[in-house]
Amino acid sequence: MAYTKRLDGRKFDELRPIKAEIGIIPNADGSAMFAFGETVAIAAVYGPKPLHPQHMQDPEKGIIRCNYNMLPFSVTERAKPGPSRRSKEISMITENALSGVVDLKRFPGTVIDIEIMILQANASTRCAGINAAAMALAHAGVVMREMVSSVSIGKIDDKIATDITKDEEDYEEGEGATDIPFTITSNSEAITHLQLDGKIQTERLREAYDAALKASKKILDYQTRALKGEKIDENK
Amino acid sequence: MTETKERRRLVIPGEIIASGEDYLPGDFTRKEGKNIIAQRYGLLEGDRVIKIIPVSGVYEPRRGNTVIGRVSDITFNGWIVEIGGPYGAFLSLMECPRFINKNDIAEFANIGDVFSAKIFSVKRNSIDLTLKSRGLGKLEGGRIIKINPHKVPRVIGKEGSMINLIKNETQTEINVGQNGYIWIKGDLAGEEKAEKAIELVAKEANSEGLTEKIEKFLGAKIKKINPEEVEQEEGEE
Amino acid sequence: MDIPNINKNRIAEILEKGKRLDGRKLLDYRDIDIETNISINAEGTARVRIGKTEVIAGVKMDVQEPYTDHPDEGTLITGMEFSPICGSRYESGPPKIDAIEVARVVDRGIRESKFIDFKKLCIKEGEKVWSVLIDIYAINDDGNVLDASALASVAALRVARMPEYDEKTEKVKFGEFTKDSIPLTENIPFTMTFHKIKGNLFADPNRDEEDTSEGRVTLAITKPKKEYIINAMQKGDVALISIDELEQIVKESEKLYDKIFPEIDKKIEKLTKK
Repeated sequence: MAYTKRLDGRKFDELRPIKAEIGIIPNADGSAMFAFGETVAIAAVYGPKPLHPQHMQDPEKGIIRCNYNMLPFSVTERAKPGPSRRSKEISMITENALSGVVDLKRFPGTVIDIEIMILQANASTRCAGINAAAMALAHAGVVMREMVSSVSIGKIDDKIATDITKDEEDYEEGEGATDIPFTITSNSEAITHLQLDGKIQTERLREAYDAALKASKKILDYQTRALKGEKIDENK
Repeated sequence: MTETKERRRLVIPGEIIASGEDYLPGDFTRKEGKNIIAQRYGLLEGDRVIKIIPVSGVYEPRRGNTVIGRVSDITFNGWIVEIGGPYGAFLSLMECPRFINKNDIAEFANIGDVFSAKIFSVKRNSIDLTLKSRGLGKLEGGRIIKINPHKVPRVIGKEGSMINLIKNETQTEINVGQNGYIWIKGDLAGEEKAEKAIELVAKEANSEGLTEKIEKFLGAKIKKINPEEVEQEEGEE
Repeated sequence: MDIPNINKNRIAEILEKGKRLDGRKLLDYRDIDIETNISINAEGTARVRIGKTEVIAGVKMDVQEPYTDHPDEGTLITGMEFSPICGSRYESGPPKIDAIEVARVVDRGIRESKFIDFKKLCIKEGEKVWSVLIDIYAINDDGNVLDASALASVAALRVARMPEYDEKTEKVKFGEFTKDSIPLTENIPFTMTFHKIKGNLFADPNRDEEDTSEGRVTLAITKPKKEYIINAMQKGDVALISIDELEQIVKESEKLYDKIFPEIDKKIEKLTKK
């Protein structure tokens, strides 16, 4: 049976209910929470500040250092505390997703530390984390050319779907599920993060990007409203 | 996408804040074609030269700033001083107002002690401090509080009017660092009141009638320059 | 910036006068806020705020072999992390001794009070028992993370629901919850930490006060009938505590328990019914 109706009834280009808020961690220089439905991420930014040890400092620019962490109880089967290969990879792709838009030449030899915690997980955790981190960076007064917005595009069977859930990721009929998380810049519409796992015909990649671009505009709107002081909770 | 900009509105990085040939890009903005684009979270400001006034973020050191710092380490020729922000700072023995022997460094100031100092040099990663100016030196007694460094101008006020109001009404000495650290010294009650007043100014920095609010909070007697009232007052006395 | 010496002096001075810099009395706690079920995949979760300090605790359960010396009892493992998210003084990496101490002290209070009925967690003696896993994370550190951690752990345990267990395959059906609570007793531990500076005792320090503190004693108290029982204690830091000071702390803990705990108990009880 082809995937004609989404498992949770959403339209194919529809996001899950969004939650977004800034300033949730008083000690941080900037902080934010972003949620796609049941996937909830919080992020805190500390910096720019001196990078120690000194030999790690780059005399030409600062660096962004990200630590992505899923809480053990955020998933159905408890995840052992501590970094895993997966969380280290996600930390790195998050650094790369954000470094491209931040003016790192402004404070050479410094570090901006970004801590991301996933409080609750139902797929798209890295995207929720990147959205929260981008908001936290802006909130922290970091100089950025533009914002970035991140979303998981899926190809479920032969349909392109926006913001896929875990159930959709596990879909096995027809062509199965392909997960394509994108992070796209707000103005230049360029890609700062892209991954794919599954199976997609080359001609369809553009379609996936178009879906991601459309969703990124909607996400940017939520990020903008939250930064301007709104406490967004579409679950209410 | 906006053609015109409203004064003092909060904007975010990437936002197009003005569009047209006449506008010029000021602080924290860039020009792309006809558009002026924000590059930092903050308040929109300006008529022709559009700039962003930061409301958040760490202290960014500038030459000539007076800052308050805490000694975090002692070297053979001076003190390493934390002033917040992207870089650490250094105060050399040579920049003290009086001669200090290399063996007396810790006696003059030890780890955890605080200075009011001036930044006289900002090189790539290093900030150099000096105590050789009026009003600078080691701070004894009192307490240090921290506010958002971007609210410092409001806390000081036009020609010091706000901070002087607070000092007078609480009978405290106050030294405001551009880095957001503020030293307050008086009796315990005065210090507490001054701290609360400063935090109120920082919190309400952008609202109207702030001076009146602070005067009210401090319980200040507002002297009106009105001949009738002056006569009445004199009559009551 | 680490706390300046002059601030430490002011904190000590004002304590001598029986007051705190934020206007509280010596044994006043800041406002305590408790939310539960903040993470739906967990068996139970709670977020506790004491003033600006925020801690989240989550309970997960699994089935495993019992310890050989307690073949008919379930097990409890408690972990805690001071992630760099909660303050710039923390570095990423495995838990350091400060986090290890919080985890162990919280665990002791829960274990020794017999708050969890471990015997009821036995599925098959000698072979299969339920294991309770508590993970605690500090989200914002403004002092007294220990007390917040203990409170969050107890709240999470109280609202937790046991997962489904398939007796045939002898496996937990993660993600499927029963309506059953974890078997708990009425011995609910309440953990309080007392600090001292120059002989002046105070409770619930904020970050600056904790940095100035010379020594602390943590107690976990239960009051199952009319008697106050101490189930766990920990003296922290290097200061010397006299027996008189210790007895004073114990007396104050009884008063504080009576003052604060009943309301907190009621709040959590209401949350268990949701």
